[in-house]
Amino acid sequence: MKYLLLKHYRGGPAPAVEFAPMDQWAPAEVDAHIQFMLDFAARLEQSGEFVDGQALAPGGAFVRYDGEGRPPVTDGPFAETKDLIAGWMVIDVESWDRAVQLAGELSAAPGPGGKPIYEWLEVRPFLAHPQTVTE
Amino acid sequence: MNEPLLRELVPAVIGVLVRRGADFASAEDAVQEALIQAIDAWPGDPPRDPKAWLVAAAWHRFLDAARSEASRRGRELTVEAEPPAGPVPAADDTLRLYFLCAQPALPRSSAVALTLRAVGGLTTRQIAAAYLVPEPTMAQRISRAKRRVAGLPPGQPGDLGTVLRVLYLVFNEGYGGGLDLAAEAIRLTRQLAALADDPEAAGLLALMLLHHARRPSRTGPGGRLVPLAEQDRSRWDTRLIAEGVAVLQGALARDRLGEYQAQAAIAALHADARTAAETDWTQIVEWYDELLALTGSPVVRLNRAVAVGEADGPLAGLSELAPLDAGLPRYAAVSAYLHERAGRPALAAGLYAEAARAAASTPERDHLLRQAARLHRRK
Repeated sequence: MKYLLLKHYRGGPAPAVEFAPMDQWAPAEVDAHIQFMLDFAARLEQSGEFVDGQALAPGGAFVRYDGEGRPPVTDGPFAETKDLIAGWMVIDVESWDRAVQLAGELSAAPGPGGKPIYEWLEVRPFLAHPQTVTE
Repeated sequence: MNEPLLRELVPAVIGVLVRRGADFASAEDAVQEALIQAIDAWPGDPPRDPKAWLVAAAWHRFLDAARSEASRRGRELTVEAEPPAGPVPAADDTLRLYFLCAQPALPRSSAVALTLRAVGGLTTRQIAAAYLVPEPTMAQRISRAKRRVAGLPPGQPGDLGTVLRVLYLVFNEGYGGGLDLAAEAIRLTRQLAALADDPEAAGLLALMLLHHARRPSRTGPGGRLVPLAEQDRSRWDTRLIAEGVAVLQGALARDRLGEYQAQAAIAALHADARTAAETDWTQIVEWYDELLALTGSPVVRLNRAVAVGEADGPLAGLSELAPLDAGLPRYAAVSAYLHERAGRPALAAGLYAEAARAAASTPERDHLLRQAARLHRRK
């Protein structure tokens, strides 16, 4: 079963622990955080559970159709939106419980002072193809 | 199996099929199928004459496809089933192939894919993996590009500038999907420079060699970016540097300067410095002046501001920066760097954080974040 782990710059439930933005950490703390992310992805590749992952730039905009012959309407980029996705990882695991377990581990990435940042991650199951045997 | 050898044969085999009367698109398809067949068959049963094997396999594929197409349309097959064995002007064929694949009318990504397949001899699967797109998407991109090429008037003269830009794009892609695209770009540019006899083709080859020489020192553990000034210069590849400098000198001697030669000259000056402090920034600024005169590019102006900052001090660099558009890629990073050197760490920290938000790649973003973090601590 595939799950999407979504990391947000902003949005989601109130942070469990408040911490400064990353550009204000000590350089070694930044290194440790990045290394943790790399190790996590490498470990999931080893276990055969990693599918894909990408980081997203904060810029961008909302776009919609605006009628025949008209250019699309764009809205944004927004300096302060409620929710902003920072990146995603797709995992392919045995169960929802395993997905939650992994998201929990990823959320323990170290921050200032090497302590976990208790970051909220969003876990969303993929809608799967209908299974042949249930036809 | 000798896969590099196999790939080197691909453009010549396409040339043979075209000379026997096949159109480019069908010939290229047939050779691609023969290539995949060879990758399967050769390890267990290596041919005595690899090129003859590929020609025969591709010609069979082509005839099969042409026959089924002819019967579908109820037409007679016009190509000769028994091709004449004539002299083989392979070099011209290969050069023509570069121009055909990098037509100015093609979208850049299509020209890149087509060049890698028809000139580079890579399979669609390898190219798709390198550019992180599904194989059917890449297959579509290539066949659309070929249909577009087929619709162009025949005998159109090639545009060397487009060919060079396409190869430069491949080089800049670096690694992807287990494929060393930079090394592949160097191989194709080396071959082109030998065929085209043009100082800019040589300039691009020199530029690639000089950058490639520094590749081992450009990234640290975990893929982190190491800036030029902090690179371990003992890890630079002196053999590649020597070759790059020699190729560049040969090109410059022909007195037809172009942007790749000017960029290579800047890279050569960096390669020439045993330590970052020994860099001849004054000469580098002069080459940026040449490059600016050739291109008028705002990105060159931005890079020139960095060089001026090194040659004449950070304030001089900042006054070069002032008239430029703050929306330019890397503007905030350059501004941060110059302000830090001018003794304004707090301002620089904020600018580095801003630059990190605008970064175009993860390693670059992480590098800029580290710079911001370093300066934030010192405030």
